[in-house]
Amino acid sequence: MPTKIEKDTLSGQDTTGHEWDGVKELNTPLPTWWVYTFWATIAFAAVYCVLYPSWPGLTGHTDGLLGYSSRADLSVELQAQAKVRANFVDKIRTTSLADIRKDPELFNFALAGGRSAFQTNCMQCHGAGGAGSKGFPNLVDDDWIWGGKLDQIYTTIEHGIRNTNDKSRQSLMPRFGADELLTTAQVAAVTDYVLSLSGRAKATPEGAKVWQEQCVACHLADGKGNQELGAPNLANGIWLYGGDRDSIYRTIYYARNGSMPAWSGRLDDATIKMLAIYVHALGGGR
Amino acid sequence: MSSNTALAAGPSPAPRYVDNVIRAAVVLTMFWGIAAFLAGVVIAAQLVWPQLSFDSEFLTFGRLRPLHTSAAIFAFGGTALIGTAFHIVQRTCRARLFGGEPLGWFVLLGYQFFIVIAATGYLLGITQSKEYAEPEWYADLWLAVVWIAYLIAYLGTVLKREEPHIYVANWFYLAFIITVTMLHITNNLAMPVSIVGTKSYGAWSGVQDAMIQWWYGHNAVGFFLTAAFLGMMYYYIPKAANRPVYSYRLSIVHFWSLVFLYIWAGPHHLHYTSLPDWAQTLGMVFSVMLWMPSWGGMINGLMTLSGAWDKLRTDPGLRFSVTSVGFYGMSTFEGPVMSIKAVNSLSHYTDWTIGHVHSGALGWVAFIVFGTMYYLVPKMWNRPGMWSTRLMGWHYWIATIGIVLYITAMWVSGIMQGLMWRAYDELGFLQYSFVETVAAMKPFYAIRLLGGVFFLSGGLIMAYNMWRTIRGEPEVVSARPRPALAA
Repeated sequence: MPTKIEKDTLSGQDTTGHEWDGVKELNTPLPTWWVYTFWATIAFAAVYCVLYPSWPGLTGHTDGLLGYSSRADLSVELQAQAKVRANFVDKIRTTSLADIRKDPELFNFALAGGRSAFQTNCMQCHGAGGAGSKGFPNLVDDDWIWGGKLDQIYTTIEHGIRNTNDKSRQSLMPRFGADELLTTAQVAAVTDYVLSLSGRAKATPEGAKVWQEQCVACHLADGKGNQELGAPNLANGIWLYGGDRDSIYRTIYYARNGSMPAWSGRLDDATIKMLAIYVHALGGGR
Repeated sequence: MSSNTALAAGPSPAPRYVDNVIRAAVVLTMFWGIAAFLAGVVIAAQLVWPQLSFDSEFLTFGRLRPLHTSAAIFAFGGTALIGTAFHIVQRTCRARLFGGEPLGWFVLLGYQFFIVIAATGYLLGITQSKEYAEPEWYADLWLAVVWIAYLIAYLGTVLKREEPHIYVANWFYLAFIITVTMLHITNNLAMPVSIVGTKSYGAWSGVQDAMIQWWYGHNAVGFFLTAAFLGMMYYYIPKAANRPVYSYRLSIVHFWSLVFLYIWAGPHHLHYTSLPDWAQTLGMVFSVMLWMPSWGGMINGLMTLSGAWDKLRTDPGLRFSVTSVGFYGMSTFEGPVMSIKAVNSLSHYTDWTIGHVHSGALGWVAFIVFGTMYYLVPKMWNRPGMWSTRLMGWHYWIATIGIVLYITAMWVSGIMQGLMWRAYDELGFLQYSFVETVAAMKPFYAIRLLGGVFFLSGGLIMAYNMWRTIRGEPEVVSARPRPALAA
C-alpha cells in the first residue's frame, strides 16, 4: 500500500504515512505522564478490589479484606448519631410528658427532636409551620378536634384517627344526604342552622328541628362540639373543610371523616413524645 | 485548499458524495438545538416559578423534562451525529454512501420520525419512566429499524472504501453505532399490553432492571455523547486547524481502553442503593480507570492545535471546538471523581450531577457541534465562510458565559444541597427538612435560568448567521478578520 512517511517540520515528528481527505497523523509516542497516570489508576483499582467486595464468582463474590458493607456502614453512622442523642432520649422515654415540660433542658431537647421529626413526617399534611390546609387541621390555633392537652395530642399521634390501629381514634359522622337519612331540603335547612351558630344565617324552625334530632348528640346543643368524640366545634368560625354555605352543605350531605395514620409502629415512643411536646408548644396547646 | 490537493494526489477522483442528506441534517440539527435549549430554559424557569406549568398536565415539569433531555441528546446530538457521520465516512473512505441517497434519507428522516413520535408521547404522558429511554415500545421498535439501517449504511461505506486504512474518526462512529444498537435493544425489551395500546411492561425487574437501565444510561453518555463526538473531533479539528493529528499511537490506545472500560462503569449511578456492594465497587473502579483514556482524546484534540494556536484568534469556529475539548477534559475528570463512593455520597441526587451533565452537554457536545457546523455550513453550501465572523465571536462569548453561570450555580447549589441533607445538629437530629433545602436552592435556580437564556441566545445568533450564510449573501464587511498586526 502506498505510504509516504513525512517529517512534520513544526513538531519534528514523523507522520504515519497515511492520509484521509487531507488529514494526516503524527506518530508521536504516548505522553509518559499519561501512561504512568493510567497505570496508577489501574493499580488503585486493583488495590481497591482487594480491599472491598468486588469480583463475582459463580455463587458469591470476593468479600474484600476490610469486610466492608454499605449496610453496616450506614448502621454505624446512624448509631453514632443515636449515641449523641441517647442520654436525653433515655430520659425522655422514662419521664412523663408533664415532667418533660417542666425540665427546661429536657423540654428544649424535645422541641428540637420534635421539630426534626415533624419536618420529616408531619409537614406533608400539616404544613412546615403546622398551619395545616383544607382537610388537614391547623395545629397552631386554639381549636382542637380530639383535644389539645399534652396527653391527648400524644394519643392522637400514637394511634392516629380513623385507621386500622386497634386504639385509633374512631368516630363516624353519617352521610346524611348521600345515605338518604335526610332530604336535600332538610340538609339545606340544617346547613342554615349551622351557619346561624356563627351568626351568618337565620335558622329556620325546620333546621332547628333537624339539629335537635341529628346533631346535638355529638356537636352538643350549643354547637361547641365534643372532643371525646372528635366532634368539631361548629360555633367558633374555624372550619377544617371550609365554612362557606356550599362546603358545609357538602359536609353534611357526604360527611368527611378524614384520617390520620398511627405513628406507633413507625416512630419510637420517645419520638412520639417529643412530637407531642413540639405540637403542643406550636401555640395552641392547652 | 489542502483537501483539493489531497484529492488530486490520490489514486482516483472523488466519487459523487451523498450530500443533500448532510445539508438537511445540518439544518435539522440547528432546529433541534434551538428546540432543546428553549425547552431547557422553560423547565429551568419552572423550577424558579413552579406556577409556569399553568396547572396543565401537558406542561408539567415531569413531561417537559424528558422533552428537553431527548431534544438535546437525541434530536440535536443525534441528528448532528447522523449528518457528520455521513460527511466523514464518505470523505475519509473516499466512497459514496452505501445505499446511496435512498438509504441516507431513510436514516435521517426515519430518525426524525422517531423524535416526533417520542416527543409527542412525552407530552401526552406516554413514557416507560426510564431515564433517557422514555419512549414506549412502538417508538423503540421503529428506532431499532432506523438504527440498524444507519449501521448498514455506515459499515457498508467503510467496507467499500477506496482508502487502504480506516480513519480513527470512523472507529469511534462505528463503536457508537454498534454499541447503541446493543444498549437500545437490551434496555428496551418489553411486552406491549396490547398491539394497539401504548403501554408495555419491561422484560427486567427490580435491581436487575436498575442495573440494565444504568448500563444503558451510562453508555448513552459513553458512546452516544462521548465516543461519537470524539469521532467528530478527530475529523473536524485537524481539518479546521489544517494540522496532522497529534498522535496515532495515542488514538489507538485511548480508543480501545475507552470502549473497553466505559461499558463497565454504569453501576456508579447506583451507589448506596440495593445494588450489591461488589457491583458498586466495580462500577467505581472502572470509572476511575476511565480518566486517562478520556484524557487521551483531549490530548489528541488539543495537541493537534500545536503550531496552529494563532488560528483561535481568527476562527471562532475552531475556538468552539477547542473549548469543547477543554470542557470534555474537565467533565471527564469530574466524572471519575464523582464516581468515588465517598464523593458520591455527597453528590448523588443533588444538582451537582445536573451541573456535571451540563458541562458535558453544553461545554463538550454542543460546543463541538457548533464548531463543526461553522466548518460544515460554508463547505456544504460552497460559501467562502460564514456570513459573519463577528456574530460567531458573539455566539462564542455569550454561550461560554452561559455555561459558566450554569455549572457554577449547580456546583454551589448541589454541594449545599448535599451538605444540608446530611447535616445533624449538636443534639443529634437532622437539621434541615427537604423543603428547607429546596428553598435554599432557589437563587441558584435563577442563576441557572440566566445561564440557559444566555446559551439559547447564542444558539439564536448562530441560527441567524447560518441562515444568512446559506442564503448566500456576501459577507458583511465589518465581520472580516482585521489584518493581523505584527506583535
